[in-house]
Amino acid sequence: MREMIVSELTRAMQELVKDFARFLPRLIVFVIIAFAGWVIAYLLKLIARSILRLIKFDKLSENAGASQLLAKAALPPSSELLSRLVFWMAWLGFILLGINALGIFGLQEHISRFFLFLPRLFAALFIMFVGLLAASFFSRATLLAAVNGNLPSPRLLSISVRAVIVVFVISMFFEELGIADQTVLVAFGIVFGAVMLGLAIAFGAGGKELAQRFLEHKLVHANGDDKNEDELSPL
Amino acid sequence: MLKEVSTPERTGALRTDAKLAEEGFLTDDFVRQLISVGEIDILVGLPTHNNAKTISSVVAAIQSGILQSFSRDRAAIIDADAGSRDGTPDLVVSASIDDVRRRDSNRFALRTLHSISMQYGSSPARGIAFRTILSAAELLRPRASAVFSPDSTSIQPDWLRSLLKPVSTEGFDLVLPTYTRHKFDGLLVTNLLYPVTRALYGLRIREPYASEFAFSSRLGSQFLSENSWNDETAREGCEVRFTVAAIAGGFRIGQVYLGAKDPLDRSAADLVPALRQTIGVLFGSMESNLSVWTNKTGSQPITTIGADQQFALEPRRINRKRLLDMFRAGVAELDSVFQSILAPSTLAELRGIARLEEEDFRYSGELWVKTVYEFAVAHHKAVINRDHIIQALAPLFRGRALTFLLENRTASAAAVEEHIENLCLEFERLKPYLLELWKDRE
Repeated sequence: MREMIVSELTRAMQELVKDFARFLPRLIVFVIIAFAGWVIAYLLKLIARSILRLIKFDKLSENAGASQLLAKAALPPSSELLSRLVFWMAWLGFILLGINALGIFGLQEHISRFFLFLPRLFAALFIMFVGLLAASFFSRATLLAAVNGNLPSPRLLSISVRAVIVVFVISMFFEELGIADQTVLVAFGIVFGAVMLGLAIAFGAGGKELAQRFLEHKLVHANGDDKNEDELSPL
Repeated sequence: MLKEVSTPERTGALRTDAKLAEEGFLTDDFVRQLISVGEIDILVGLPTHNNAKTISSVVAAIQSGILQSFSRDRAAIIDADAGSRDGTPDLVVSASIDDVRRRDSNRFALRTLHSISMQYGSSPARGIAFRTILSAAELLRPRASAVFSPDSTSIQPDWLRSLLKPVSTEGFDLVLPTYTRHKFDGLLVTNLLYPVTRALYGLRIREPYASEFAFSSRLGSQFLSENSWNDETAREGCEVRFTVAAIAGGFRIGQVYLGAKDPLDRSAADLVPALRQTIGVLFGSMESNLSVWTNKTGSQPITTIGADQQFALEPRRINRKRLLDMFRAGVAELDSVFQSILAPSTLAELRGIARLEEEDFRYSGELWVKTVYEFAVAHHKAVINRDHIIQALAPLFRGRALTFLLENRTASAAAVEEHIENLCLEFERLKPYLLELWKDRE
């Protein structure tokens, strides 16, 4: 009885050692891939950081209004954040490659899905960044044009333009990621419709007199009745 | 559209430069007509677009000027048209010098006057129009060329002589005008363009953005070859770019008093385009001419033929309240934009004066100079879109214009001139501040 137990234990130990011996090279491969991946990811991070600094990405980000958002969220500057993202994406990719090398059943499908998802994630981030940049540019352009055109409520106009673009960009971001795209589409339609309806009601009801004054001012000028005072000729 | 009303007098030795035609900029027909004209002595360029109301009187004044002062010279009028739909090019090329002769004098032109029109596009672009005129001058090699505003209502025949003679006989490369203007006309020139140009480049040029000026072929050729015409920004504000190129190239510059100039039909709504074409171009020139302007201190007068700038003083009603309101609205609404451009202390001072009532309102020279210099550095650094920076200057300029109006409401011509001079000296005094900012931002 005792001999049987010892024999079984010995056999189990031998199997374990055999399995471990079979697994060890894969583990070593995993460790090597993970380590090499860390080194490569770190180098990629340094390269990405240098390129982003070279193209003055922080300034672009500041113009887009992204830097302010990051600062409010106590996050590092956008070039640092993006280079860290590059690092983690690259290293995670290598770790997943290493896990794939371990040969653990069922993980390979998830890993391939992850790699398929990566381009969409980058595309979505790109859309978000360019969208924020466009929102900032057009809202500022609206603000300046409204101020120099002596239009009423320039800031409201500017914020409206920014809001419409940001809502549109967010809907594109989620659609690109494929996250609840139907829900996002419906939500976008509702928000956009609500904003437009709100503006129409606000202008029609609240801004009746304002609109009247504006039109009168324009028509009076168009008819040339307001000739009492000269305008300045800048040149 | 290409028309020629006169048979070429002769086709003499011509510096045939078909390169421009090869590049596709000038049409083959236009080049052919220019070649058939041969060499000339005087070239007058007109950048036109729907100027039918005024162009006949402008062309008549030019023709009269040719009869009076250049009757023995070979002359050509080049109309660079932006696709006028009111028949402007027809009016230019069909205007007969004989009508002018019968009406104004008994002088005869001993040479044929050529009038050629070329449509360069379907929308106005003064840079392209100027390039067309320069290209024609490059081919025709005149001793002197001049550009006149096609919408001028005050042009006189003797302006032609006043502008062209210094170039053709006295060796000037660029002759710019001075005028008699109302003290409140051209405030962008007197409060911004003239003082900044003077402080940067050290020359007291009263009208760096001139609608009438004359130039030598030497300067025209160099500008034509060196200016980046493909750059969209180089197509506008070519007048200021031309002046700066003449300064930077060490060309001989003079200015000549022409007489009274009626204000152009421009309203305050045109302030932003005017800023783009003048101060926007001047700010842009600072980068490419860094070695020229950083070494200049103080300023020197340039040769002035005739009287200095004169001011008309008749009373004029101007809506000061509107200026103040637009200044206040600008300071309040554009605060976030100004935070990217201005130093905190400058912005704080602006917020302070925006709270003042009209009778106490004063945008001091020193604060205005600091504002402009900080805008120049922000433009260089492109802290935000450069066109947005120029647009953001408009409400602040209105504040400065209001101060100028209040200071000079009852001022004599001498007092107005003194105020402008003081502002110029302030720009010169604070130039080290600009250099310091420029280096810091570098």
